[in-house]
Amino acid sequence: MTDFVLKRIVALLLPFVQMFGMYVIFHGHLSPGGSFSGGIITGLGLIAFSLVFGLDRGTEKITDRMTTLIESFGALWYGAMGLVGVLRGSAFLMNKGSGVPLGEPGKLYSGGLIILITLGVGLKVGSTMVTLFTALMEEEG
Amino acid sequence: MSRNIAAFLLVCIGLVMFLAIAELPLYGSPDTPVQNYVAKRYVSGALSDTGALNMVASIVIDYRAYDTLIETTVLFTSIIAVFLVLKKGTN
Amino acid sequence: MGDLLQRILQNYPYIFALALFGIGTFTVLTHSNLLKKVIGINIMEGSTYLFFIAAGNIRGGVAPIKDMVSQGDVVYVNPLPQALMLTGIVVSVSVTALSLALIMRLYKLYGTIDAKEIHRIRKEVRANGNSNQR
Repeated sequence: MTDFVLKRIVALLLPFVQMFGMYVIFHGHLSPGGSFSGGIITGLGLIAFSLVFGLDRGTEKITDRMTTLIESFGALWYGAMGLVGVLRGSAFLMNKGSGVPLGEPGKLYSGGLIILITLGVGLKVGSTMVTLFTALMEEEG
Repeated sequence: MSRNIAAFLLVCIGLVMFLAIAELPLYGSPDTPVQNYVAKRYVSGALSDTGALNMVASIVIDYRAYDTLIETTVLFTSIIAVFLVLKKGTN
Repeated sequence: MGDLLQRILQNYPYIFALALFGIGTFTVLTHSNLLKKVIGINIMEGSTYLFFIAAGNIRGGVAPIKDMVSQGDVVYVNPLPQALMLTGIVVSVSVTALSLALIMRLYKLYGTIDAKEIHRIRKEVRANGNSNQR
């Protein structure tokens, strides 16, 4: 696509869309949203970039290797956060019972492991969207 | 022809479901079977149990964390299946 | 009869869910275009979300997010169906992606995404005894 307006608008909006996605991920325990919505917003920003600037520029920005690493990192990070409970002498994926400091409700760090798990799941969902889109588009052209 | 048969069958099933709607508990009332002790426990204890204001997040990530752990595996499996179907060179 | 109609009208969100479910089922049953079938399945999933969220609603309740400001009796709606539907949305995304990939593969093999056309081509190939076509 060679539309000047589309290209400039997407290039202008991309950092703000990514920032908003990260905001939704990090404030998932305080406000509406969470890991899945934030991850999908983050992924859709990159998908819009690939749609407007072409798939080559898009995969240059976020390569296949990077999405593979992020996906594996998200799943493994979730398991590692579950193991925190085991290492502290409690059950798998235990949050409060394992003695993790819960923080003050309403502040950014509150809810113990919730914000860390949300970060992993959000990154994984975003990279999953990009990977599915890239796989379907590569076959097309 | 098959379109008409499908429409007729759908109208029959829809009529039964329409009558079932009348038997459902009243919409929006606070004492339906959905609002049982589980929901009351989540609403009252979510803040002290997890420290998160958003109860949906505390259910998804804390109370039912195993569910979300396997849910990420569902996404992983869908990617693997898409690659299996679409990968070049496998004919 | 009037009593029945009144009870049905009081449960109006379920009527919308039923209508969406009927539209989705009709689309899946009557269209032979595979893409339209996928769209129908997505509409049916949407009706399920609507039904669950409506079942968990309380009249006058607010979204299940505690705010530290307002004191007193605040009625929160049931957060459990919303959390369950989050799982449903993710599964729906996965199913849609996989079915789109399968449709693309079918298009590559047969040159069409019409189910009846694919059926006809398969029958012809079988009648000709051409076994090297996969």
